Order: sequence, then C-alpha cells, then structure tokens
Amino acid sequence: MNPIETPKEYNKYVEAKAPKSPILKDCFNAFWVGGLICSIGQFILEFCLYKGLDQTSASTIVSICLVAISALLTALNIFNKLGKFAGAGTLVPITGFANSIVSPAIEYKSEGYIMGVGAKMFTVAGPVLVFGISASVIVGIIACFFV
Amino acid sequence: MDYLQSIDWGLMLRCFIVGGLICIIGQLLLDKTKLTSARILVIFVTTGVLLGGLGIYQYLIDFAGCGATVPLFGFGANLAKGAIEAVETQGLLGAFIGGVKAASGGIAAAIFFGYIASLLAKPKIKKQ
Amino acid sequence: MKKLGNQTLKLDYPPTILNTASIVGPKESESPLAQYFDKCLDDEFWGEKTWEKAETKIFKETVNTLFAKSGLSAKDIDYSFAGDLLNQCISSNFGMRDSNIPFFGLFGACSTFVESLCIGSVFMDSLACNNVLCATSSHFCSAEKQFRFPLELGNQRTPTSQWTVTGAGAAILSKKGLGPYITHITPGIITDLGIKDANNMGAAMAPAALSTILSHFEDTGRTAEYYDAIITGDLGHLGKSILIDLAKTKGINLSENYEDCGVLMFDKNKQDTHSGGSGCACIATVFSGYLYKLMKQGHLNKLLLIATGALMNSTTSQQGESIPGIAHAISIEMSKE
Repeated sequence: MNPIETPKEYNKYVEAKAPKSPILKDCFNAFWVGGLICSIGQFILEFCLYKGLDQTSASTIVSICLVAISALLTALNIFNKLGKFAGAGTLVPITGFANSIVSPAIEYKSEGYIMGVGAKMFTVAGPVLVFGISASVIVGIIACFFV
Repeated sequence: MDYLQSIDWGLMLRCFIVGGLICIIGQLLLDKTKLTSARILVIFVTTGVLLGGLGIYQYLIDFAGCGATVPLFGFGANLAKGAIEAVETQGLLGAFIGGVKAASGGIAAAIFFGYIASLLAKPKIKKQ
Repeated sequence: MKKLGNQTLKLDYPPTILNTASIVGPKESESPLAQYFDKCLDDEFWGEKTWEKAETKIFKETVNTLFAKSGLSAKDIDYSFAGDLLNQCISSNFGMRDSNIPFFGLFGACSTFVESLCIGSVFMDSLACNNVLCATSSHFCSAEKQFRFPLELGNQRTPTSQWTVTGAGAAILSKKGLGPYITHITPGIITDLGIKDANNMGAAMAPAALSTILSHFEDTGRTAEYYDAIITGDLGHLGKSILIDLAKTKGINLSENYEDCGVLMFDKNKQDTHSGGSGCACIATVFSGYLYKLMKQGHLNKLLLIATGALMNSTTSQQGESIPGIAHAISIEMSKE
C-alpha cells in the first residue's frame, strides 16, 4: 500500500475499505414492505369508495388511517424495528412522515410538553412541510399566470 | 362480501408494484448516497410537487391508485394539485390556500397522533 | 517529570492506578466482557425519568463503587478529572455535584478517559496529591438524542456506524501502591484527514491514533514490540483495520499485539453493532473492567493505552465541516523502570 498523506487519498482509500450496505437485500425488503403499505392504503380506499365516499375524502381517510397506524407502532416501539428492516419501504410512504413527527414528540417529552413535544415535533419532518408547502405555493402562483 | 368482490385486484397488484418500486428509489438513495432520511423525504416531496404541478403524476395515480398516492411523491403531488385547483376558483389567493388544504388531513393527523403518542409512550432503546 | 521529544512526558514519580470501577448498560451486559464489569444494568433508565439523569446516576454510582472497592472516601481524593459526551459535560458535572471534591471538567470526546488519566498523573507527579480521581461516562440513548436521531425513528444504521457504549468507568491514581504505574503520557495533536461522514468515526479518528503512536515511539525510542498490548479506544472494526494499514505504510507492524476496545466490547455478529462500540465509556469500561484486571493478574505487564476522540458536534457536521480527530496515549506498566 502506498503512503497516504492527503485528505483526497485518504477519502478514496476509506471509501474502498468501508463495508457496503447490502443493497439487494435492502431493496427487496423496501420493495415488498413499501408495496404492502400502499396496498393496505388501497384496501382502505376501496372500502371508503364502496361505502359511497368521494375520491378526495377517501384519499384523505387513507392518509389519516396510515398516519394513525404509524403513530401507534411508533409509540409501541415497533416502528423503529420495522424501519430498520424495511428502510425506505417504511420511510417513503406517508408512514415515514408520520414516524418522523411522532418519534421526536416521544423523545423530547422529557423537556416538557411546550418546549419538548410541541417545539421539537418538527425537528425531522419540518423540512418536508417547509419545502413541500413552499413548492406548492410556487406552483400555484405559476398556475395563476396560465389560468 | 360484496365489498371484497368489488375490489379491482389488477389495480391492487399495480398498486403493490408501483409503491414498491418507488420505495426502491428511496432505498437506492439511502444506500448509495450519504443523504439522511430527512433529506430524502424533502427530495421526494418536492419532486412530487413538481410532477404534480406539471400534471404528469396524475397518470401514475390513475394507473396505480394508492401505489402512487401513499408514497411522499403523492403527498407532494396532492399539495400541487390542491394549489392549482384553488387558483382556478380563487385566483392568486388559491395558491396560498389550496396546497395545505388538500394535504391538511394527513398533516393534522400526524400532529394530533404525535401529541397523543407523546402522552402515552416512553422512549425506548432499539433492542437490536 | 521530563519532556521527551516533542510530545511525551516521562513521569518521575509514576502514580499507581490504585483501583478501578465500571458499570455498564443492558446491551453491554450481553458483551463478551460482561463478567468483568462491576455491575450490569438491565434497564437503560435505571429508575430515572430521563436519559440524562440515568447517565448521571451511572456516573455517580460508578464513583461510589470505586470508593467502596478501594476503601477510600471522597475526603481522601485531592482532585477529580472527569468528562462525558453531553453538552457542557453535564453527566459528570451533575454526577460530581454532591461529592465535595475539587473538580475539573474535561472534554476530549471519546478520548476523555485517557485525557483525564494524563492530567491526573501530571498532578500526581507534583507529589502534592495523595489520590486523584479520573472518570468518564456515556449513554447510548442520550448520545443518540443529542448527536443523531430520536430513538423511535425508523432509520437504518449504516455499516460503518458505531454503537455508543452505555456505562461509566473510573480510576483512582495514588501515590502509594504497587502498580500498575502510569510511566509516560503522550498527549496527541488534532489530526484531520478530511472525513465528513459522521457515521464513520473510526475512519475519522484512525489518523489521529497513528500520529500519537508514531510520536510516542519516536519520543520514547520504544517500538511496538516493547508493549504486551497496544489498545485503542473506539476505532471499531473499520478504524482498527485502517490503523493497521496506515501503520504498515510507516513501517510499524501492529497486527501482532494490537486491539481496539470498540471491537472487544461487542460481539459483532450476535449484537448487530455494525463497526463496534464507541463513546467515552467504551475505553473507560473496557480498561477499568477488563484490562486493569489483566494487568493485576500478571497477564499484561506493559500496556500502551490510546483513547481516540472525534472533536465535532452536530452543528459542524451540518455545516459540512470535516471531522477532526485526537488521540491521547499513556503507557501503563507493572514496573516503574
């Protein structure tokens, strides 16, 4: 091995040396867990439609149900194990968004309900709302000029 | 039983596959880059807003149902769709109202259940 | 005391490590070294309401255990040196709050245990003190909360990430006693080779460990063969193999007698700790629990103990700074000469 002197050489060496994530296994787990979560959503959606709700209300109920299930699993200390197994399979569906709001709420309870739960609830998910909502306002403003 | 018979199993299969494939995109980002989960969520939601704003995402929703709406792409697309629809009826004001209004169910649920969970639960270590 | 070369101090009156104590958390109680620790907890909270209070209690009880084992009390201790990972070192501050011992709070990240032994032994070398106390603690949950994510977040740990050891280790240095003695100290310089990944501490700290080892050998004229064991703090599996590689390029063979506390602490295959243990408590508990006993039983006579630390916080990581590493070394020997 050649002597390593510069950060560039060292980073290259570490990159090659570091163990890699098992991508195939991770992707397989993400695929079936993520697909299953979406299918559960579809199941709820179809049930709402069958009961005569309109499409928009039914979609909203799907979101609320999945968020509630995620909150429950997070509170029961199950979601983190599921997330470790499925990775993006639980992160990318709305379950991941719910978990990222619920988990700091529980963690920072020790700092009280106002500055702990209330203020820290958005430490992980806050950026999603900031960028999602800002982007939607921009889209709306652009749409204004075309309508 | 009528309900079970009414389910479109073809749509269910498409939902499973499309939802799973979108999660694979997220997993590749997690494993191949050093992006944290918060950054990946932001990337997904803004991409969703963009695709929704351009009207492309609706095709995927029609094809795969919840396979497209449940991942955060769908959350973003829903924000964009809400903003555009509100602009049509309320003009510029709609740009500010429509997005959050369309996504309000999910956001309010997350906040509410998060608060309830914090009342009931205690932090615990990952046992693995 | 005398300065050798650029960095090393040779102590004229090497203090004895009179006794040590260690308390560890539940995960560590499944460690291959579990039998050596004074107490293994079965609850991360240990009856407290918050992680921070739990860590403080672990710290305090470790010091109390040490007093009980050594037959000393707080009034026999002249000075104390302690630190931990939490902001403003609150675990050690609060742990020592009721002790009535003059206190120095130290921060050297995961290198704090050896840092405290370095400064403690210099105080001892003045001959003005009879006993000084050195202690450090860390807690997986409080560290995750401060440096990473909430525990309930469903994220995956990367293969290079390490597991912060829950526990505390403490040692009393004494004027009287029959060893093991701290004979040399080599405080390290801050070394940064540009690693930015906060989930790869082993790679960030390995160059610092190399720098300190090279300086120690150069200053003292010793070689790797002189020591029965060379032990680093928490480089983990990846950092350990990096250090062996880096040392080879400098003509030093570490493959014979070198180990890392982060590797010793956990069973990688059974405990799913990825690259191994880390945290102030890693080297503190492994030394206090395991290595010290090996020395007392005569299995080890000459030990070079190197604690490594990553000197960053979550703000600097977010601002894209690379991670500076540091390593402090002490040589601990059963004979003074």
